[in-house]
Amino acid sequence: MSAVDDYEMVVGLEVHVQLLTRTKAFCSCSASYGAAPNVNTCPVCLALPGALPVLNEEAVRLAVIASHALSCTVNEISIFARKNYFYPDLPKGYQISQFDRPLAEKGKLDIGTNADGTPITVRITRVHMEEDAGKSIHDRYPGATAIDLNRSGVPLIEIVSEPDMRSAREAGAYLRALKQVIEYTGVSDANMEEGSLRVDANVSARKRGETRLGTKTEVKNLNSFSGVERALEIEFARQVELIERGGEVTQQTMLWDANKGEVRPARSKEASHDYRYFPEPDLPPLQLSLDWIRRMCEDLPELPAAKRLRFANEYRLTPVEIEVLTANPPLAEYFESIVQAGADPKSAANWVIRDVRQLLNAGADLRTLKVTPEALAQLLGMVRDDTVSHAAATKIFAIASETGAMPQDIARTEGLLQERNEDALAGWVDQVLAENPDVTARFRAGDRKLLGVLVGLVMKASKGRADPKAVNQLLSARADAGE
Amino acid sequence: MSTSAVGAVRDAFERMAAVDAGPTGLNCILWTDEAHALAEAKAVDAGRAPGVLAGVPFVAKDNIATTHLQTTCGSRILEGYVSPYEATVITRLRDAGAVLVGKTNCDEFAMGSSNEFSAWGPVLNPVDRTRVPGGSSGGSAASVAAGIVRIALGSETGGSVRQPASYCGIVGVKPTYGRVSRFGLVAFASSLDQVGVFGATVSDAARSLEVIAGRDVRDATSADCPVEPYHAAATSDLAGVVIGRPREYFPSSLDARMARRCDAALELLRSRGAEVRDVSLPHTDLAIPVYYIIAPAEASSNLARFDGVRYGPRAQADSLREMYEETRTRGFGPEVTRRILLGTYVLSAGYYDAYYKKAQEVRTLIARDFHEVFDSGVHLLFTPTTPTPAFEFGAKSDPYEMYLNDIFTATANLAGVPAISVPIGDIDGLPIGGQLIARHFDEQTMFRGAFALEAARSEAA
Amino acid sequence: MPIGPDDVRHVATLARLSVSESQLPELVAQLNGILAHMDALALVKTTGVIGTEGVGDSAMPLRMDIGPPIPLVHALDVFAPEVRDGFLLVPRLATHESTGDDESLE
Ligand SMILES: [Mg+2]
Ligand SMILES: [Zn+2]
Repeated sequence: MSAVDDYEMVVGLEVHVQLLTRTKAFCSCSASYGAAPNVNTCPVCLALPGALPVLNEEAVRLAVIASHALSCTVNEISIFARKNYFYPDLPKGYQISQFDRPLAEKGKLDIGTNADGTPITVRITRVHMEEDAGKSIHDRYPGATAIDLNRSGVPLIEIVSEPDMRSAREAGAYLRALKQVIEYTGVSDANMEEGSLRVDANVSARKRGETRLGTKTEVKNLNSFSGVERALEIEFARQVELIERGGEVTQQTMLWDANKGEVRPARSKEASHDYRYFPEPDLPPLQLSLDWIRRMCEDLPELPAAKRLRFANEYRLTPVEIEVLTANPPLAEYFESIVQAGADPKSAANWVIRDVRQLLNAGADLRTLKVTPEALAQLLGMVRDDTVSHAAATKIFAIASETGAMPQDIARTEGLLQERNEDALAGWVDQVLAENPDVTARFRAGDRKLLGVLVGLVMKASKGRADPKAVNQLLSARADAGE
Repeated sequence: MSTSAVGAVRDAFERMAAVDAGPTGLNCILWTDEAHALAEAKAVDAGRAPGVLAGVPFVAKDNIATTHLQTTCGSRILEGYVSPYEATVITRLRDAGAVLVGKTNCDEFAMGSSNEFSAWGPVLNPVDRTRVPGGSSGGSAASVAAGIVRIALGSETGGSVRQPASYCGIVGVKPTYGRVSRFGLVAFASSLDQVGVFGATVSDAARSLEVIAGRDVRDATSADCPVEPYHAAATSDLAGVVIGRPREYFPSSLDARMARRCDAALELLRSRGAEVRDVSLPHTDLAIPVYYIIAPAEASSNLARFDGVRYGPRAQADSLREMYEETRTRGFGPEVTRRILLGTYVLSAGYYDAYYKKAQEVRTLIARDFHEVFDSGVHLLFTPTTPTPAFEFGAKSDPYEMYLNDIFTATANLAGVPAISVPIGDIDGLPIGGQLIARHFDEQTMFRGAFALEAARSEAA
Repeated sequence: MPIGPDDVRHVATLARLSVSESQLPELVAQLNGILAHMDALALVKTTGVIGTEGVGDSAMPLRMDIGPPIPLVHALDVFAPEVRDGFLLVPRLATHESTGDDESLE
């Protein structure tokens, strides 16, 4: 048993999420990405002398929705504050954020279930609004850092968790659950690669059984969920080794280097961060009426947990099936439209999970999928009442995903409908009996075991079009008739 | 004075030359462009903006953003900076037909009470060129006192309009906090700053405030509160108006001649029908300590943006840290440096509660004093604007002694109430002003008192 | 609480101002002179008093989520010290600050 096993990891996460507004938090500049450097700037986000911030109401609305989705209490009065520090991509020399009185507090997020089925819950300390900084590019020009302020002033929420996670895996689970909730509310793309979701981790180590928290370090520059988990493992191991060697963890900021796969101290603690927070005098307190706050809560879309519960009750699906179908709102909606179109939930689930996801994995987009839920529902109906065989159904689905034609038309034009016509069936049966005299003789002599063989031969003769049940009945009838 | 805009603007420039308004003389006006001003005047004469101030020339303090003339805040750190956008107050004056003829000298970033702290040299008091014009809006006050213009924009944080108005013998107004847009006013202390106006007469001040007052969507602290026709307050007398005389503003240490001038002014106000009462504002003596914590604290943050990255001159250096420190150390003068250090200190870890937080609490008590007096049926307060007339250059070497100049004016900024300084005579030929303070957004009654006092004095004379 | 030279040095670093050792004694004296007057506040009883957060108790007005932004009548490269390809340039950050992420967003 290595030393690491005697220790417990304690993790709290600070997640910055960019809100999907048209314009920036405090000015009317476009908040969209991809513009040429410093094109989306104005006197306010350039911090020109004399310019003043005016808060974007949509940013407030989205922040409140996200707070509700995380079961936070939204404060009727919250106060913006200045966080003072010098950095070239921070034009005012301070970030407008919230400190003493944040927008929302005391929430929680379920990130999974324990073995005994009880939920694993992470407490949310607070959700506060703030503005993004600009972008510093260090490797573009020799000896110079290039500053692009298009991002400066874009609205963010910072979601701060309690130190409730006990492993890198739990941290990963928290982030995936958080990302899913944010996606469900639609307040952000929550895309870590594009930077619309950013993670800082506070991690400390303590002997198992110990209740006091150890000295934490803050790990920054985490650029993917897997990166977060790796960085936490590595930093945790570093701390444990340090402690084991009788050393002490120093509270500092660490940087994750994904390429080197290492964690290193960010900067000397010289002028140890002293942000000199004080209430932002350019912005009066933000006052929200109780019933507006309540209305925002009522307008919430169905959240992942609720959807999973409903799917279990309404459709009687397995946990695994539910997990897959509720991964994101569009997929869940696609599934439910199939059911609404009359399909049986179970088979709808099977088809979505197997065949539809195959198409998506191959790069198809749910919104432009050629097979509409109605089409798939129709196909499932044809399988149910044996109008087509399973093999034929798969073929039809493939064609539909290419052409977008309706299954019934495809089945007809491709001749995939099962044949029930008495004469046609009789024709194949006669043919088979004639071509296999000895089998026929033994069958007629009462060897009913041969029924299956004959049915198979008839199916072959009909190239799969004959309805096996009908053939079965016909042959049995002949035998009984002693013909 | 000529009746056309072009004529009026020509007169203004002739007067600048006559009084030597430039660096070799009064040094009250820093930046001008006569050709551009005349072009604007022509447009006004041609019918552009036929407003209440059509053709009236004005000057603006160098900390108010203008797109044609420099905006340096009297500081090297903004040397040569021309704003790419225009302050709301400038736009409103121009839309009313007024023509900007110059930007005026001031204490660096409006930090000072004597105009000795401008990077572009001190302003001389037109009444006595051996004395300071007051500050920080000294250049605007001197421009009006010298007869170059009848109206001028200044800015107030602790008395920077009223005090120079009193030293220069003109009218100066500090409106209610939120009455006038701060958009385009370079911030010193955001919770105290307010654009103010100077006028040769109360009427000049009233008409110009009328134009610039009112809600601006670009300033979240500008109030949505109806603007009355201030010039109309001239007609009425003071029947039914109760004027309080706060004893804290008349300490035994106050210059006896100053006290007598004030009593004479109060007599005149009585003669117009006002009732005068003794009142008390018990927390007055705490105003200067509170002010000199809150103002530097906010300033230390507001002035962080002057980092040489986006505008203004930049010191050449190899590292970013050097660039910051060189640019800022060279760019800021001694008083601004002092206040940034002081403000950073009172906000820094471990001192916030003892200084900044405590000051904000005491500030509440100071504001409460005013509410209680006004709730007791008092409409206006009358006080001296300053303890003394204009002093000589270099007379106040100790920073705190300089700060005490604001002792009678800073309270109105801390409480957010409107106040006006009106000439009430002189001491040894040096003008002094009396201050009328009103309740929040009651500029109308404030002007009513000011008009009455002005009228009574001209009749008495 | 008297200010010492180290306080002034620390505060100067925070404010990105360089204070020469020769200026230091005078600055320390001046700041202490000013702060001495501030100690009067410590004697004032303010229990239960809510500090003034800005003046005027009006709620914050919000703007609609629409453009256009306030225009610049002079372009960035007219007033900025150094612009290349649309970027603002500053001297490369010293190594201990070499990664923007540790401070550029917190
Ligand atoms: Mg943050
Ligand atoms: Zn902008």
